[in-house]
Amino acid sequence: MLSPVILFPAVLNGLMTGAVYALVALGLTLIYGVLHIINFAHGALLTAAMFAAFFAHKLLGLDPYVAAVLLTPLFFVLGYGLQRFVIGPAAHGEDRNILLVTLGLAVVIENALLYAFRADTRTINLPYAFNVVEIGPAFLAVPRVVAFVVVIFVALALWLILRLTDTGKAIRAVAKEKLGAELSGIDVAHIYAVTFGLGTACLAIAACLLISTYYVNPQAGNAFVLIAFTIVVLGGMGSVAGALIGGLFVGVVESLSGLWLGESLGQIGIFVMFILVLLFRPSGLFGERA
Amino acid sequence: MPEPLLAISGLHAGYGETEILRGVGLTVAPGEIVAVLGSNGAGKSTLNRTISGVMRAVRGTIRFAEDAIERERPSAIVARGLIHVPEGRRIFPNMTVRENLDLGAYRRGRARRSDNMSKAFAIFPRLAERQGQRAGTLSGGEQQMLAIGRGLMAEPRLLILDEPSLGLSPLLVEELFALIKSINADGIALLLVEQNVVQSLEVAARAYILDNGRFVLEGSAADIRNDPTLKRTYLGM
Repeated sequence: MLSPVILFPAVLNGLMTGAVYALVALGLTLIYGVLHIINFAHGALLTAAMFAAFFAHKLLGLDPYVAAVLLTPLFFVLGYGLQRFVIGPAAHGEDRNILLVTLGLAVVIENALLYAFRADTRTINLPYAFNVVEIGPAFLAVPRVVAFVVVIFVALALWLILRLTDTGKAIRAVAKEKLGAELSGIDVAHIYAVTFGLGTACLAIAACLLISTYYVNPQAGNAFVLIAFTIVVLGGMGSVAGALIGGLFVGVVESLSGLWLGESLGQIGIFVMFILVLLFRPSGLFGERA
Repeated sequence: MPEPLLAISGLHAGYGETEILRGVGLTVAPGEIVAVLGSNGAGKSTLNRTISGVMRAVRGTIRFAEDAIERERPSAIVARGLIHVPEGRRIFPNMTVRENLDLGAYRRGRARRSDNMSKAFAIFPRLAERQGQRAGTLSGGEQQMLAIGRGLMAEPRLLILDEPSLGLSPLLVEELFALIKSINADGIALLLVEQNVVQSLEVAARAYILDNGRFVLEGSAADIRNDPTLKRTYLGM
């Protein structure tokens, strides 16, 4: 069981899975870090993005990686609009209202998808989906390797945006000191919407990376978001680096506990670890102390 | 008498049902220092927040350079050059001193920022020394300098300073009031909202006394300084 020939591929596979978890978590943690709300619509929006990627392939014949180039800006605009014109105005500045509005949005989106496409599970077939890359004793499916590389790139891009651009600096300013940001001339409603848009754009990328190896139905996104919640807490609420490293870590934990406990019990490891983190380091691995 | 830069009249504001400002009027001429004095809970912060657009006026008008601004968003008001340095500094603790200053000029073009930054560093050499340091690690006095520096980056025509001397040592308070005079010497008007009566009246041309949401007295700094009943009644001195 502990032979490196088995462990090494398991760890690599875990990292590949974890990368997509990390991307979903990135969107969630970004929104939490700035708006200080948990976006309950995150799962439903991921599902919607997966349907979009599915139909882009089915109806337009677009490869998911090509679809990502179109869907990412589209979902940015969708997220921006949702925050600016629906969630923000409906919340009237009360955090608990935002919570309820995003929960309501999730119900609306999920049921709209259910109504439009029924509960059927759909998959797409890509010619390269079963190609593998060989790294030592490990065989890794090509789409999963691509996903890993893309996620690292997206996380880096996001980090650079937050560090170097005016808008990124404004996002970080609003996250920590809203009144100070407002009085420096930063339009907080706009920054909230940009942040929500970025978080939603992450979902479009994640959906396009997932659709080549995963299925879609009106609940498909929820499984990922539940894990993403644990990653956000694990990595430290609002931390980009925490979401990335936490996501990769959770992927490896899942893979290894699958190895030891059996495939279907793999996720037990995640939640055991989650409880341990809550007990011993409640601010998360990269979180700042309150 | 020139047109006032800031002219407030009949201003009512508050939180929900609770009215905190109950009909105040005030003017600041271009280049003038005006002090608003009052004890805790008199409504000073509400006045500042309403001027800068963070809170909505219930009734009344606020004119800046003759334009009505009482319905504008804070970001638009900042763009006009009406800058509010809030109580408690409200700097960005997770960012460097330089990033804090940069964000002060968020509404100004990138080209003007390095100019403004050099000016700010000339006024606050201490901030230049610490430009790469995280703002949260600065001392209280340095944080107050940074907050004012960030305000100056926005090229104010009127700078509102909300309790700038709060929590500073007597020596730093001296420095602060010297700084206020030198900012004013550059032609920037100041609305100084303070509990520190003696020193505020030394730098201000005129003053208003705020009590329980109303101005109970206004006049030249000299007149107010010489009014003994006023000190006893409203300022608890």
